[in-house]
Amino acid sequence: MSSTARTVGRAVRLSGPPTVVFAAFIGLWLLLSHVVLDADKRFLLPPPTDVVRVGILDGENLREVLDGLWSTTRVALVGLGLAGGSGVALAVLMSQRRWIERSLYPYAVALQTIPILALVPLIGFWFGFEFRSRVLVCVLIAVFPMITNTLFGIQSVDPELRQLFVLHGAGPLTRLRKLELPAALPSVFTALRTSAGLSVVGAIVGDFFFRQGEPGIGRLIDLYRARLQSEQLLTAIVLSSLLGLVVFWGFGLLARVVVGGWHQSAGGRGAG
Amino acid sequence: MDGGVTSAAVVAEAPRSSTSAPRSGPVLRFAGVGKTYDDGTVAVSDVSLTVAAGEIVSIVGPSGCGKSTLLRVASGLMAPSEGRVERDAPEIGFVFQDPTLLPWRSVRRNVELLCELRGMARGERTRRAAEMIELVGLGGFERYRPRALSGGMRMRVSLARSLATHPELFLFDEPFAALDEITRERLNDQLLDIFVRERFGALFITHAVTEAVYLAGTVLVMSSRPGTLVGRVQVPFPYPRSAELRFDPAFVAVVQEVAHALRTGTP
Ligand SMILES: Nc1ncnc2c1ncn2[C@@H]1O[C@H](COP(=O)(O)OP(=O)(O)OP(=O)(O)O)[C@@H](O)[C@H]1O
Ligand SMILES: [Mg+2]
Repeated sequence: MSSTARTVGRAVRLSGPPTVVFAAFIGLWLLLSHVVLDADKRFLLPPPTDVVRVGILDGENLREVLDGLWSTTRVALVGLGLAGGSGVALAVLMSQRRWIERSLYPYAVALQTIPILALVPLIGFWFGFEFRSRVLVCVLIAVFPMITNTLFGIQSVDPELRQLFVLHGAGPLTRLRKLELPAALPSVFTALRTSAGLSVVGAIVGDFFFRQGEPGIGRLIDLYRARLQSEQLLTAIVLSSLLGLVVFWGFGLLARVVVGGWHQSAGGRGAG
Repeated sequence: MDGGVTSAAVVAEAPRSSTSAPRSGPVLRFAGVGKTYDDGTVAVSDVSLTVAAGEIVSIVGPSGCGKSTLLRVASGLMAPSEGRVERDAPEIGFVFQDPTLLPWRSVRRNVELLCELRGMARGERTRRAAEMIELVGLGGFERYRPRALSGGMRMRVSLARSLATHPELFLFDEPFAALDEITRERLNDQLLDIFVRERFGALFITHAVTEAVYLAGTVLVMSSRPGTLVGRVQVPFPYPRSAELRFDPAFVAVVQEVAHALRTGTP
């Protein structure tokens, strides 16, 4: 068999099943909109053709949604950056001193368990109802996986390797730079992928609550809901789901590029 | 450093002759060394031994008898709870049972690692790495990552990494235990070739009796609970040794003697 035939065969094997599911999904959707729903209730679930016509083919409507999506993406990315930076930094501190880990870790866990939504009104009070607060929500939601995964990565460094570094005169900073951080990199990327998804969720939630400044996709979703513009509502929902997917896939790809050459899990299935 | 450890040449100075001939004093000396862990486990008790420069001493003992503990104390990573440790080796090589390579580094960069940690200039460490990779027979694999190598090849990278620092004292903690017998014997031969060339002092831990005898000038037998030395067998065969030595009746007799000491040994 030629290698192109093999590649095509592989592509069909991989993309075939999801395509079938997608077709079945669209079929079910059409069935629900046209057959199950009466015409006067059709706004509950407009058929996919209407969604495409109103939400995507209408330039002005599409621009509105895309602008909202872009604003949300920016919030999510800034939030992710801050969560990533502070999460890794905190994990490094915790890994270097046992007492720092013991004093901070319970609060990291608490951050994970308290419902962030309950904090949102307070965040609005303190930080206003704009960009800043939306970013803060993202950070609060996304920072925990960064801390735990990085810490886990650093702590699973082979103790014998650490001994070897010590034996040859490497101080804590050298160990961090040449041993612990590179060893933790695959875990950091795993965390980035999880946190990126969470950060998108955080940004959309933030949109609902912090309504000043540029409207994000969350606020548009709420607006379309209130105005019963269900075609645009569905467009916005589908596009924000795609955003989550793209972010997840993008970080998978990034991980493969950076650590795929030496770390198995980054190159394996499900990475992107 | 800590407790009873004198790390520099304080004690070993006396026997040195004025002509700076190859060093011949001991590179490592244990006097009544014991190690009790914080939880009360007595891992090692009353061990006295000497490793001369350019001598391989091997230690055989059952699993859990405190061999790794002994090596950690010898390296200075851990202070003894009793007794004295004297070391006259500015550079120590430590080879573990696992190759413990950095998976993100190529073979060459792994071999350079310890020199790099010592702050050696790039040119010098590249030169040494190239030489050591050649010496362990991995020429051509410089750019490979560890995961593309076999277990035996990884072990040779680990060996080259320590060799590159030219250690006066080598500590081996069952380095070939995880390998198949064919690979192990081949690596034993290779290690002896390198030893004949570099003449480091070495403490070689193993639980394979044949390996212990084949490599060493002196075999020490260890018992467990508490871990202490219960036998000492001189190996009279000069270096370089050839692979056929393993079938020599005189060699087999020494192996039997060690095996016997291992079976009957009590403190
Ligand atoms: N950090 C530690 N704390 C407490 N006890 C320990 C510690 N390390 C080792 N021990 C105990 O000390 C004893 C000797 O351990 P050690 O690892 O030195 O044995 P070993 O001879 O190297 O064993 P093996 O052949 O399995 O490698 C064992 O009983 C072990 O449980
Ligand atoms: Mg051991």
